[in-house]
Amino acid sequence: MEKISSAVAGLLFGAGLTLSGMVNPMKVLNFLDLFGIHDFTLAFVMGGGLLTALIGYQMLLNHNKPLFASRFHMPDTPVIDAKLLGGAALFGVGWGVSGMCPGPALAGLVFSNSLSFIFVGTMAAGILTARFMASVRNGS
Amino acid sequence: MSATVFTPYSGLFGGILIGLAAVVLMAGNGRIMGASGIFGGLLTLNFDRNFAWRAIFTACLLIGTAWTAVFTGIAQEMAFGKSPLLTAFGGFMVGFGVYLGNGCTSGHGICGNARFSKRSFVATSVFLVVAIGTTSILRHVIGI
Repeated sequence: MEKISSAVAGLLFGAGLTLSGMVNPMKVLNFLDLFGIHDFTLAFVMGGGLLTALIGYQMLLNHNKPLFASRFHMPDTPVIDAKLLGGAALFGVGWGVSGMCPGPALAGLVFSNSLSFIFVGTMAAGILTARFMASVRNGS
Repeated sequence: MSATVFTPYSGLFGGILIGLAAVVLMAGNGRIMGASGIFGGLLTLNFDRNFAWRAIFTACLLIGTAWTAVFTGIAQEMAFGKSPLLTAFGGFMVGFGVYLGNGCTSGHGICGNARFSKRSFVATSVFLVVAIGTTSILRHVIGI
């Protein structure tokens, strides 16, 4: 059953990213550009998504476990450290130069633009490099 | 750079669908819908139970995008303003950054903030400000 909920969530996510126009990097860049051609759509997407998730999550609080799994997997580290800040900043640079972030970039693969493939490939390389560096540091 | 049309209604409606997707994944699987975490999980090539739901989610993300694109005609509007080199740099920074920061626009921006996570609020503020600064400087100071 958890496969069905994953499938439904994936379909909704793809539909939402496409309908909202977020799969189009130029639309994202025109939001991030303070001084140029401005397109404020992204704020509405974030607002709608955040509000819906907030209401939905509140409704789930009364339940002690999800429908098809044994427990809710919630990140519980409260620490705000240099790793979080630095990671978010690097992410911001990457997002700002390309107009792409992981969800829309994966969704955008269906349009088979070579830049989408370049982005997803280098994003994978970035994740694997960071993971490798972390494992070397931890000595594992 | 090229102009795009401000579309608040389809933006809001699309956003609501993204929010619903996050609620479905939490209600069904008890999981945060973070695109970077899901993609990163697939990259482990650890073919366990978690790999299965992540693979199904990602495949359906592509199917949902393709179906919706048929009705919206968005394929004609798609525009990638930057060079392949900048895109590659951006992809690497995004990948490296999401691993360190444990999340992206969906995981922190939507799901984390929806459950009032302080880390997510901080991460979202940082990446939004940095991204706005980066795009603005790149376009208006450097002129790319």
